[in-house]
Amino acid sequence: MNRFRTAAAASAALLISLGSQARAQEVNVYTYRETKLMQPLFDAFTKESGIKVNVTSASSGLEQRMKAEGKDSPADVLITVDIGRIDDAVQAGVSQPIDSAVIEKTVPAQYRDPDKHWHGISMRARVIYASKERVKQDAITYEELADPKWKGKICIRSGQHIYNNALFAAYVARHGEAKAEEWLRGVKANLAQKPSGGDRETARDVAAGKCDIGIGNTYYWALMNDKETDKKAWADATKVILPTFAGGGTHVNLSGVLLARHAPHKAEAMKLIDWLAGEQAQQIYADANYEYPVRSGIAINPTIAGYGKLNADAQPLAKIAASRKAAANLVDKVGFDN
Amino acid sequence: MPAASRPRRPSLRIETVILVLAVATAAAVASPIAGIVLLALQPIPELWPHLLTYVLPQALWDTALLLAGTGLAALATGAGAAWLISSYDFPGRSHLLWLLALPLAIPTYIGAYVYADIVEPLGIVHRLLTHWMTPAEAIQWLPNLRSLPGAVFVFGVVLYPYVYLSARAMLQVQSVEVFEAARTLGAGRWRIFRRISLPMARPALAVGVSLVMLETLNDIGASDYLGIRTLTVAVFTTWHNRGSLAGAAQIACLILAIVAVLIAIERYGRRDRAYALSAESPALLRRRQLHGAKAAAVYALCALPPFVGFAVPAAFLVYQCLRRGLLAQFDAAVMRDALNSIAFAVAATVIAIALGFAIQIAGRWRPGLLERACINLSRSGYALPGLVLALGLLTPVLAIDHGLNALARLAGLPAPGLVLVGSGAAVVIAYVIRFLAVPTGFIQAGFARIPTDYDDSARVSGAGQMVTVRRIHLPLLNPALWGAAIVVFVDCLKELPATLLLRPLNVETLATSIYQYASRGSFEEGSLAALLIVAASIVPVVWLTRVADLPSGPA
Repeated sequence: MNRFRTAAAASAALLISLGSQARAQEVNVYTYRETKLMQPLFDAFTKESGIKVNVTSASSGLEQRMKAEGKDSPADVLITVDIGRIDDAVQAGVSQPIDSAVIEKTVPAQYRDPDKHWHGISMRARVIYASKERVKQDAITYEELADPKWKGKICIRSGQHIYNNALFAAYVARHGEAKAEEWLRGVKANLAQKPSGGDRETARDVAAGKCDIGIGNTYYWALMNDKETDKKAWADATKVILPTFAGGGTHVNLSGVLLARHAPHKAEAMKLIDWLAGEQAQQIYADANYEYPVRSGIAINPTIAGYGKLNADAQPLAKIAASRKAAANLVDKVGFDN
Repeated sequence: MPAASRPRRPSLRIETVILVLAVATAAAVASPIAGIVLLALQPIPELWPHLLTYVLPQALWDTALLLAGTGLAALATGAGAAWLISSYDFPGRSHLLWLLALPLAIPTYIGAYVYADIVEPLGIVHRLLTHWMTPAEAIQWLPNLRSLPGAVFVFGVVLYPYVYLSARAMLQVQSVEVFEAARTLGAGRWRIFRRISLPMARPALAVGVSLVMLETLNDIGASDYLGIRTLTVAVFTTWHNRGSLAGAAQIACLILAIVAVLIAIERYGRRDRAYALSAESPALLRRRQLHGAKAAAVYALCALPPFVGFAVPAAFLVYQCLRRGLLAQFDAAVMRDALNSIAFAVAATVIAIALGFAIQIAGRWRPGLLERACINLSRSGYALPGLVLALGLLTPVLAIDHGLNALARLAGLPAPGLVLVGSGAAVVIAYVIRFLAVPTGFIQAGFARIPTDYDDSARVSGAGQMVTVRRIHLPLLNPALWGAAIVVFVDCLKELPATLLLRPLNVETLATSIYQYASRGSFEEGSLAALLIVAASIVPVVWLTRVADLPSGPA
């Protein structure tokens, strides 16, 4: 009996101690972005503010976890790597508006949700890796990818991968479904091989001569060029062209941030959110992650800057997010991945 | 123990306890499935015509081919190796014994990345070929790994150990007299293998192959990378891109239904057959000593699968570690990740083996409808992709957490927060539910070899149920139990999607640490963590395969 009481007291104490953690100076972050990439940022934030950052990362389902956790959810902030997951989280109802003068001042309106549920903190562009040897042109449009002159010359990863899904959604948002379907059929007809692998494999296939152009994100090429000595040959044989929509700009995707609906440390969360849009954080992001900062006045990584000046397409990202489903259905319909 | 004087009463009580445990386990496994079914109940009329026209035919076709190919490859490799190693003694056998199990430690997606790096353009093979021809010509000679045969190769070489381990557990307790009878009748080794060993090993082979197929079916990383559009890939694209979680849940239910049908077909195929050892003389088969060329040939045959499935990927990881100076990363944080992995895996393995045994012994004692339902249910966790299982588990696990909080509030205590999810218990629960199919399968195959006559004789001589378990079942199940423990432990170390979604804040495991790099395309940066998974697997694999290796024939 006595032992029973001790055990009960011990577990009560444990529960209380678990509960009291919630009141320390800290902020809990759920992220789709890899913890290891975020850690330098969080370390700098903790150093400056004294607020401890607790992190958990996942590949999908975080918004479902937050939804199931409900009011007891420890999550304060959700960070995503693309517009699709931002959209999923807003749809799941796990966010609340971010009321911040700082954000409104520093983040361009194009990268902010009109309802304030999210905004971008960094971005990458979906660009062309072209063979230096076989591709002479230095400019290209996304529309041109369907031109039969590229027949058997294009490599790309799965049309359902989130990066391609967002690019195709941007096409749907700009040109409408019918035109987008025709375009996708054209691109499909130009593919050198069945979509597979990742963006790095795409660069390798271009370098090896399996295809002349490939579609990939800005940072993969820069990482191969700057950091991965064994992949340097892949970068050396290729060049990056910033494509544009005809009469528009280059497709960019956002890493975004949301404030959790039931954030237990809202004040600290707001501090982190403002800080992530600040100059120091944006500079770390640009340097370490090879991404474009969302605020102006930050020096872009030289390799990324070497691609040329980014003219990001002006289409609202919310509109692109709304076209994701249509883009996915078109990929199925034209048998893009088959 | 007054068991001898009152044989029936205590056994009845223990029977009840075990039955309750079995039912509770089955209910736990059923809870995430119920969660998914609940999600799937929402009708989405506009989605299905689209899926039926454009998505499912391709997905079903790719899935069927991939499963058939991988199943056959793993069966041939795993069963062949298990038979050779159980039938012959040859120099080097003792280390092949555990080497053969080691590809288990290589996560499938790592196998895919490694082999892509080796055989794709600009890789080692390509560079070698350019000594004799131009790079462009050499490309024509390269195998296309990102294809169905490529996927079958990758899945086959890393997954065959499931068949190897389950087949070996069974072949070890082959009764010698059947073979002697066959030999007396003039049957050769090959004929004995084909006509006796193979059919007798069928329950174990079925378990092994079904594990291989389920693992293949549930994979997302390697399939997607290799360009295979399986049903599981369709689940994820439907969830994320086609914007329908309910639709994704419906496809997951379709997968469950297909798995159930396949299992039923297999079971129907071996109806009315008995696989038990002879009740009178369970003398075990003696291994034949090989010498010279024969020994070398058998050695080479047995060495090939672990070479391709383990040595090559492991060497690649070591090379990347050295080349990238990753050993410098070996610090307290990496150790903590490793300890987290091991702690989760050990806890889940112990619980899964215990519950798996409880479920099977309940079915053996009282082979009724309820017990059979428990056994079938307990194996269904493996039929769901890990992330879908985790998703389904969110609701029941958090219901308990919310309940605890409500209770605390009621009692005037401060809310404890999320206890199960916050402590990592949710991860262990997910592992147990997911991998329970392994011990139940292995133990079922093991029990199939133990004649119920043994149980009856024990009861007649006055032994209680637990005595029978301790003195007869457990010793005879030894190889099956250890085999299952290896598989569950290593599977837990590798598990990624459920770990990612259910782990608490600030907790990383080796697998999630690899993911941090792999998700950005540079999986090589995660080589150290991948090697640590291998290292953590080697100790139990070596130890357990040795422990489970019965001496050659009866002492």
